[in-house]
Amino acid sequence: MTILAYLIPISLILGGLGLAAFLYTLRTRQYDDPEGDAQRILRDDFDDRPRG
Amino acid sequence: MTQVSACPACLAAPAAQEIARTAAAPTEADLLLSLPGIHCAACIAGVERALLADPRISAARVNLTLKRATVSAAPGTTTDDLVSLLGSAGFEAHALDREALRGSDSDRAGRDLLMRLAVAGFAMMNIMLLSVAVWSGAEGATRDLFHWVSAAIALPTAAFSAQPFFVSAARALRAGRMNMDVPIALAILLALGTSVWETAQSGAHAYFDAAITLTFFLLAGRYLDHRTRAIARSAAQELTALEVPRAWRLTPTGADEEVAVAALRVGDLVRVRPGGRVPVDGVVTEGRSERDRALLTGETLPVPAGPGDSISAGEVNLTGPLVLRATAVGRDSSLHRLADLVAIAESGRSRYTSLADRAARLYAPGVHILAALSFLGWYLATWDLRTATGIAAAVLIITCPCALGLAVPAVTTAASGRLYRRGLLIKDATALERLAEVDTVVFDKTGTLTDGALHPTNLDDLPTNDQRLALALAEGSSHPLARALAAALRNRGVTPATVTDLREIPGEGTEARVNDVTLRLGRAAWVGTAPGTATATWLSDGQQPPRAITFADTVRTGADAAVRGFRDAGLHVVLLSGDAATPVAQLAQRLGISDWQAEARPEAKAARISALAAEGRKVLMVGDGLNDTVALSAAHVSISPATALDAARAASDIVLLGQSLAPLPAALATARLATRRIRQNFRIASWYNVIAVPLAVAGLCSPLIAALAMSTSSITVSLNALRLKGKA
Repeated sequence: MTILAYLIPISLILGGLGLAAFLYTLRTRQYDDPEGDAQRILRDDFDDRPRG
Repeated sequence: MTQVSACPACLAAPAAQEIARTAAAPTEADLLLSLPGIHCAACIAGVERALLADPRISAARVNLTLKRATVSAAPGTTTDDLVSLLGSAGFEAHALDREALRGSDSDRAGRDLLMRLAVAGFAMMNIMLLSVAVWSGAEGATRDLFHWVSAAIALPTAAFSAQPFFVSAARALRAGRMNMDVPIALAILLALGTSVWETAQSGAHAYFDAAITLTFFLLAGRYLDHRTRAIARSAAQELTALEVPRAWRLTPTGADEEVAVAALRVGDLVRVRPGGRVPVDGVVTEGRSERDRALLTGETLPVPAGPGDSISAGEVNLTGPLVLRATAVGRDSSLHRLADLVAIAESGRSRYTSLADRAARLYAPGVHILAALSFLGWYLATWDLRTATGIAAAVLIITCPCALGLAVPAVTTAASGRLYRRGLLIKDATALERLAEVDTVVFDKTGTLTDGALHPTNLDDLPTNDQRLALALAEGSSHPLARALAAALRNRGVTPATVTDLREIPGEGTEARVNDVTLRLGRAAWVGTAPGTATATWLSDGQQPPRAITFADTVRTGADAAVRGFRDAGLHVVLLSGDAATPVAQLAQRLGISDWQAEARPEAKAARISALAAEGRKVLMVGDGLNDTVALSAAHVSISPATALDAARAASDIVLLGQSLAPLPAALATARLATRRIRQNFRIASWYNVIAVPLAVAGLCSPLIAALAMSTSSITVSLNALRLKGKA
């Protein structure tokens, strides 16, 4: 059962990575304009003024 | 922010950005535009390119979801410049008042809830995974290890994610009240407490998974609820922000200066241009005109105005420029005096208790008594504190209102989303429930059943030559009657007669000459005749008796369908108008409304609604004018079109965004369906309790059963709510 000593931290770290990624997107306000972002990737010209 | 964070810099950095942004605001003006027409990637690029081409503009960003653009421009740039800039590029744009939108663009509370939800979700999944191992038969040291790891995840998660419940429960208890959050907070704390104790004694039953699942589902309900309200609030704010309140004040030197309406003081001279809304109560000092009082009184007929006449805020000046000396501004103006009446009417409505509150009132004491009784019963039977506490915790967890917390928000979210797509904005949380109970509909006439625009009714009786003369005269005026007449005649293919010396006499009509004959088109008294009962303008050539051209209101699209729909649904339809008897009777007959009342003052409207309420009827009021505001607040539930005055929209529960009235009966059907669904959800949740609670009291409820009962009931309730979305 010593394998648990590795497996539990690994599963926690992997889940934690997902959580951290979600919190990062939330803090950088990436959900403010979902429709606009979906359309912007279709533009040919490079968006040289991404929202900071 | 009160979040617990392992990384102080993560918190500090956005906060610093926030400060930098607000500090930078005065030097560079941040302007907001509403762009109702944009829908695609090309529109975004087009708008941003058009704006950035102007050297004064340093940054422009379009938000397609909100259909808004935020623009940073050099000081002195006004939103009007931007609107005309975009207009010439082919995009429809409107100025938005930044003040009115304050607070809606950064939805702090929503993000906060979402963050707690995400943390709870993460913790829930991990603890569930560990619990599966325990349920599969892990024993001894392995089980204890799993329990301790679960505790290490659950305790900080509960401290962070369940904070809103703890805070709300503490506030309620301090005030000596009970709310849904008290049993929730107690269940979470007790479950965690007994679980830690059990784990320390290497016991078999730990409820870490249940406590965190509970938090997750309840937070999901909270978040749905918050989102529905935030969407409605921001849309309502946008309507308000579209009306940028400005006025032209006369300076002592005689020049006009543009100021905010809020900056006007009593005694200021204010110029009101034709077509403009009067910003203050005042007395006319200069000029002669006619004014449209439809929004205040429901009259369709314009009223003349000249020096010495007093005018109320909210009226629309029609023909000539007027200068007013302000006698009452802002809160004191007649527009706001109605607010007192509204406040009185609203106090009656606040007595409505929502279905959720009624359920909570029964539920909260019941749960505590049940838990306390099972604790006492088991303690007296076994004298074992550990068993008794464990069972009391199990009872609290099983009865915890997960499904109850989701039952209402899930349905309201689905129903509001569906109504929003049909052009109805639900402003109030309980509006749907109240709408479902309605059995009487009261309509206002002007601006609600009719769109306020007039059209001539007796052109067929007018000789062709008179039609040509009337057209020539009508085109010389911007009066609404003249404009409607000119448009109608042009549509019939009439060409204007040649006239000379065409001039408009403000407040009277237009005058012109043909072969030394003076022609007049205007008010009855001015052309030398007695006014009739219907709205009319008169054509006179000085020889024959003047001929009347009568007008009627255009019925709003969908008014027929709406009235018919309500009648088919078995509702009693009433028409209450401030307008004269003749036009009201005509409209009532046309739409087949038998119960109507004309010349009703605001108090009379409200009195009629109170009388209907006293008969035990639940009244839906549909109105747009200031004269309807009191009635809108007094009614059980109220709807106003988006064209209504801000005050009327504020007083109503639902705002109709489109032009047509046709969606109203469908909204009623949706509301009834939604309420049925809410009741169904309560029943489902209760059945789960009825089955699981005896098990818990009997001490047979293992953590596995608790987890199963909680998840299944929450998911069933959510799925049942989603059924609303599919139905047409």
